[in-house]
Amino acid sequence: MTQQLILYPLLLQLLLSILLMFFWYRINAQRIISILGSILHLGLTIYVFSFIWNNGIQTLQAGSWEAPFGITFVADSLSITLVLLTAIAGLAVSIFSASSMIPDRLKFGYFPIFHFLLLGLNGAFLTGDIFNLYVWFEIIIISSFVLITLGGEKAQLEGAVKYFTLNFLASMIFLTAIAVLYGLTGSLNMADLAIKVAEVENRALVQITAVLFLIGFGIKAAVFPLYFWLPASYHTPPSAVSAIFGGLLTKVGVYALIRVFSLIFVGDAFLDEMLIVIAILTLFSGGVGALIQNNIKKVFSYLIICHIGYMILGLGMFTEVAIAGTIFYLIHDIIVKTNLFMVSGLIYRIKGSSSMRALGGFYSDYPKLSLLIFIPLFSLVGIPPLSGFWPKISLITASFNTESYWGLAAIIFASFITLVVIAKLWAEVFWKNPGEIRERFKFDYFHKMGKYRKLGFVAPIVFLSFVSLYIGFGAENIQILSSRVAQELMDNQLYIDAVFNNAQNPE
Amino acid sequence: MEILFAIIIGVLYAAGIYMILRRSLVKLIIGIILLGNGANLLIFLLGRITEGAPPIIPEESKVFLEAYADPVPQALILTAIVISFGLQSFAIILVKRAHKVVKTDDLDEMNATDEDS
Repeated sequence: MTQQLILYPLLLQLLLSILLMFFWYRINAQRIISILGSILHLGLTIYVFSFIWNNGIQTLQAGSWEAPFGITFVADSLSITLVLLTAIAGLAVSIFSASSMIPDRLKFGYFPIFHFLLLGLNGAFLTGDIFNLYVWFEIIIISSFVLITLGGEKAQLEGAVKYFTLNFLASMIFLTAIAVLYGLTGSLNMADLAIKVAEVENRALVQITAVLFLIGFGIKAAVFPLYFWLPASYHTPPSAVSAIFGGLLTKVGVYALIRVFSLIFVGDAFLDEMLIVIAILTLFSGGVGALIQNNIKKVFSYLIICHIGYMILGLGMFTEVAIAGTIFYLIHDIIVKTNLFMVSGLIYRIKGSSSMRALGGFYSDYPKLSLLIFIPLFSLVGIPPLSGFWPKISLITASFNTESYWGLAAIIFASFITLVVIAKLWAEVFWKNPGEIRERFKFDYFHKMGKYRKLGFVAPIVFLSFVSLYIGFGAENIQILSSRVAQELMDNQLYIDAVFNNAQNPE
Repeated sequence: MEILFAIIIGVLYAAGIYMILRRSLVKLIIGIILLGNGANLLIFLLGRITEGAPPIIPEESKVFLEAYADPVPQALILTAIVISFGLQSFAIILVKRAHKVVKTDDLDEMNATDEDS
């Protein structure tokens, strides 16, 4: 009973998406099922999270095949934290999509595919088998391809071609890496690989495999110089889709990098140095990219890239403090980025434009909403005591400890650039006198909507802003959580023991 | 045999990447297909090619008596083929739609997403 517990979040999503398919054209039913299902999913995940928090790492051997032979599912603190964050972001985006997606898109299976995407995310976080991870990645990208093309506008299709090609290439490189790793060790179980890779004598080949993994996951995580697909595609689909992409899809790449480089390829000075260099360049290029954009969705797209750099930097330094910073940043970033793309959707609905030059006067028209939007925007910058501030302390401390002063400089530079970008955005969109925006016919303006639809736009933003505030003001709890995750990651023996001990004496 | 495979895989990867780097959308699809096949053959090769030894335990014995062909890579390839098959068919539809809407086959002209808006 408790053994299967970790699979329940995954199965619930599968069940939801199948159930939703039976209501293909009845979009009101789909909306209700999706929101209720997401609430149920959040509740279930909180339960599983508390169970793992109290009882330590849980594993499940699929079909009772013993550990190195069958597919293993592992829920350690990192996995289950990310599953929990997926549930929170999923609930918010589900409510947001229910009121922001036009019926034509909903009639072509938006909600079932959305829940398939969440299924893939849950699976990727929970699996302990490298080939199974590949399969979950494919589920994620296939669902995301459908979501990004749904609607078939010109910009969407162009963005989708780029998104598709680069993601497919990433999958193929990932598959190549798996092939080489299997050739080296003859195993696919990640815990087993951790033992066997350490014993391989041909270190050069191990490094090449690691670099292949780095490229494959790096494309998905959008690190320098592999990020160009992201700003070309993330602003094209509707905001609800952008929100789930921006919040979670790149983070799966980061999760995979953390998992692979903390478990399988550990303690290699060359790789760590490479990660640090990549992170510094990512921080730099993402920040500078954001500076010159005019479309607010594109600004946020570049900020995603910029902030991926923080997480990779922490991973590269690989001390307990640095990893704790990375995990804290990951938690903060998923919530805030999801929220920001929803905010951009809200601004677009209110004003009918996403161009910073044209927008303006938001603060005088909607003072309460502006104060609400203030929270995610300045959480992102990391003004204390908001949530983006705390992980940077850990990261800066870690870079002092490891004497990587370039990393330190990059952290401070990227924070500064983020501040400049957000301040510019605040001045342009909220304070400036509005420019000329043509009134659009047949456009679904916010002020023409009914009360419940308005609520559907604002409620998820309020929800995620409260989560952000909690991360900021309850930073102590989050710090405890990320330290615990960091401890588990630094000592990969814990993970290995959990996988193999359970296999020897199943309860 | 292994050498031959290695060369074939190398050619498939090289041709695939070359085709992806071309500007035409159709060549992009061909590149994707070639690359996928290359990756599948690579798994097959790295799972060690053992000729004429199926992984079946003889009746009178309880364990394998000699080297046998590893069945795991074949299962992996099967999965990978199915997945890349799905992705390729999606790619073909996507390219067809994109061609119809954007009215060009040239990737260099697909830059509406980079324009300032």
